[in-house]
Amino acid sequence: MLIFLTKRLGVMLLTALCLTFVVFFLTNLYPNLEKVAKLEGTQRMTDVQVETWLVRNGYTQPVFTRYGEWLGVLPGFTYTHDDGEVTGRCIRRGMESADAPARCGVLQGDFGWSVVFKDEVGPIIWKRLGLTGKLMLTVLLVMIPSALVIGVLAGMREGSRLDRFLSTFSIATTATPEYVSGVILIVVFSSRVVDLKWFKGTATSAMEDANFGNFTLPVITIALYGMGYIARMTRASMAEVMTAQYIRTARLKGVSFPNIVLRHALRNALIAPFTVIMLQFPWLLTGVVIVETLFNYKGFGWLLVQAAGNNDIEMLLSVGIVSVIVVLVTQLISDIGYVYLNPRIRIG
Amino acid sequence: METLTWTGSLGPYINPILGTVVSLLAISAIATIMRSFAPETDGFSRSANTKGPKSILWNYLSPGLIVGLIVAVVAVLYADIKNQPIGPLEPGWSMFITILIASTIVGAALSAAVFLIPEAMIGLALRFTALAFCAVILFYVLAGVLAPFGTVGIIGAIADQLTPVWVGIVVVFAVSIRYKRRLGLYGKLFDNPIGMVGFGLVLFWVFCALFADMLITQDPLTQVSGMKNKLPGTPVRGAQDAFYLLGGDNLARDVYSRLIAGSQIVLSIAPAATAFAFMVGITLGLPAGYYGGKFDTFLSFLANLVLAFPVILLFYLLVTPEIRQTGVVTWVAGVLFVFPVIFVWTVMYSRWRISPKVLAYVAAPIVIIMFMFYAGTVFKMDPFVGIWTTVMGHLNQGNPIGEWMNTTWANHDPLVSLGLGPEKLNIFVAVVFVNSPTIYRIVRGLTMDIQTRDYVAAAQTRGEGPWYIMLWEILPNARGPLIVDFCLRIGYTTILLGTLGFFGLGLSPESPDWGATINDGRKLLSIYVHPALPPALALMSMVLGLNLLADGLREESLKD
Repeated sequence: MLIFLTKRLGVMLLTALCLTFVVFFLTNLYPNLEKVAKLEGTQRMTDVQVETWLVRNGYTQPVFTRYGEWLGVLPGFTYTHDDGEVTGRCIRRGMESADAPARCGVLQGDFGWSVVFKDEVGPIIWKRLGLTGKLMLTVLLVMIPSALVIGVLAGMREGSRLDRFLSTFSIATTATPEYVSGVILIVVFSSRVVDLKWFKGTATSAMEDANFGNFTLPVITIALYGMGYIARMTRASMAEVMTAQYIRTARLKGVSFPNIVLRHALRNALIAPFTVIMLQFPWLLTGVVIVETLFNYKGFGWLLVQAAGNNDIEMLLSVGIVSVIVVLVTQLISDIGYVYLNPRIRIG
Repeated sequence: METLTWTGSLGPYINPILGTVVSLLAISAIATIMRSFAPETDGFSRSANTKGPKSILWNYLSPGLIVGLIVAVVAVLYADIKNQPIGPLEPGWSMFITILIASTIVGAALSAAVFLIPEAMIGLALRFTALAFCAVILFYVLAGVLAPFGTVGIIGAIADQLTPVWVGIVVVFAVSIRYKRRLGLYGKLFDNPIGMVGFGLVLFWVFCALFADMLITQDPLTQVSGMKNKLPGTPVRGAQDAFYLLGGDNLARDVYSRLIAGSQIVLSIAPAATAFAFMVGITLGLPAGYYGGKFDTFLSFLANLVLAFPVILLFYLLVTPEIRQTGVVTWVAGVLFVFPVIFVWTVMYSRWRISPKVLAYVAAPIVIIMFMFYAGTVFKMDPFVGIWTTVMGHLNQGNPIGEWMNTTWANHDPLVSLGLGPEKLNIFVAVVFVNSPTIYRIVRGLTMDIQTRDYVAAAQTRGEGPWYIMLWEILPNARGPLIVDFCLRIGYTTILLGTLGFFGLGLSPESPDWGATINDGRKLLSIYVHPALPPALALMSMVLGLNLLADGLREESLKD
């Protein structure tokens, strides 16, 4: 187990390095840097001015050097101006150049400076992650129980009418991406045309004070799309368990149907959905970005859109790291959990 | 001219019928669901607790309690949000408990009543009401097509406009059902009601895309002054007998025509991109699964790398005008799109290795044409011009990579290409890139499973080459799951395209693709719903159709 974990952690680290390098490379292509220069300077900079700006801020160094600086394994870039003033990567505005650390990168816990928000990246990320965490937790609390109930009910009698209904329902939810279900839900529950106006069409107020009025629609929108897939996996797993020998034995012994489902089948049927639920996290991220944009909820997904739209390199890299870590950690948990839940599998 | 209503002068007669049928359908559907909780449907009716007082409690009170809980929770939430009492009850626990008890009793009584009806009868009722529902819908469509314009209102006018689509669907269904025994898996689809519904939905959008030029009533990009945000059925200002059937959008363009034009964009990209992704995934997945070892480890690492990338972040990085300037897209396309050429050549070469005539007269021309398409689409290069300029460059200047060569290349449009502009190519690349790792993993798993079979061992003993075994022994036997996944994946690709449009990435902002239209419409959603709702429903129905089709295919292929 220990060897397995070490290997997995090694692969994770390698994956994270590769992915951040890809993000780094793509955000540091020349046209993107030009965009950053014009955002920092003025829109009407000439090509020469852009070039000077890039040289002064160290953007013209080789990409591997800059990636090393960002990681914190190489000393940060410095530039001595004509008047003797020293500016650089690690020297923040209003800081004496002598006080600044030599290296400032992710390894030193410094995630850099956001050019869009004009602030340190780290605290912004934490704040937005907290907001998204609130949303995600609510989504999971709604999505997982309802998906499992639907899956178990559909799978306990495969081919029955109830199964057909619930399967069609779960197919329909997987066919409805968030930007479609969100629009439909807003039209039905908060538009002037249908005039129910049960819920609010925006979730901006839910950032401070989440209640049923402003948080229901975003939560349901994400939960619906993810639910169908989990429900179908649960159904398949449940249907398989229900054909097992020990279930037949229990039936023949005269155990009642609800008892069979709840006491005998359920435990074994929930192993496969566990993995699926864990692997849903990367998909949920896309959903979160869409829903946060649609409902104007300023969480992590909104941050991603802002950072990507304005090529805020260091913010985008940190967003990338966080999402990659989420993906990799959930994969690891799903693997370990699967081994733990299923005694037939052993890892040497 | 007057504004069209939804159902026109036929409405007052037929709408009540539709209402009745829909409510009957809903009632019988709910009854069916409730009936399936009845104790004796589980196949072993005389189990321990179906008799005696305990069983009554368990059998009737528990469904009642579920109904009661749902009703009570909804009622309390409703009262809480609206902040008003329901009847004499104030929002709060007392209200919850009162409603819970009341609806539990009603629910238990209802379920007792429903459990008394034989299951066959409920099934019959459901079937009849569903048929009646279809008949009423069919009546709307037929009346719309046959009756004079405007009699059946907007619905009739749209049905009339879509006549070629209806004809197409009817012809395809009639021919397929007539010859279904000779059509293999496709024919078996017509034994499966769910698969048929799915196929019908898909076919609807396919024909919409094919006949789009005939179906649209207005130019999808033209803005007509005075038509901004106009409601469905508004006559076009200053035009004779022309209507904005589904209203005007935020920029005064026709929603209906944009919807149809959007289907053309979606259906021209999604299936092709999925097919490309499949060829990439198959070409890499087969050897990875067959040989295993270092090659497999490396490719699987790469695939996991792409899969660990959040799709949305990748899109934001890969689908931008800035990236298009740098040529990164061209190189990724260059790598990804060479796989179909390799795939086709390997398929034909491995089969006809020993007959050079087939290779020379069939395989080689096909592959050369494909290669020309590849060069023309990705690099905007005509191989002939390329060769010619190179030769001329050598002869005249002795400098093959001269300025003259480059300008000649740039000035000559390629002889053949798929005609994708830089924006479409960018979208295409992003979608293929996101999809192929998953397909690689599926193909790799299937290959590892199938290569242990006896027929593979037999082929190995015969001395067949590895690529022959992979492409002509393993791949055909993996076709079932792959066909099903292909249908599902077209749907998923459609969703991805919508996501791109929703974030305004890729195509130009005024393009009528569904994602972009939803994004345009959502800003005014609480006031005007008609610009955003049609593309949303269209996207949903198409993806639903593909998923149902895949489900039907899976069921039928498992029956063998």
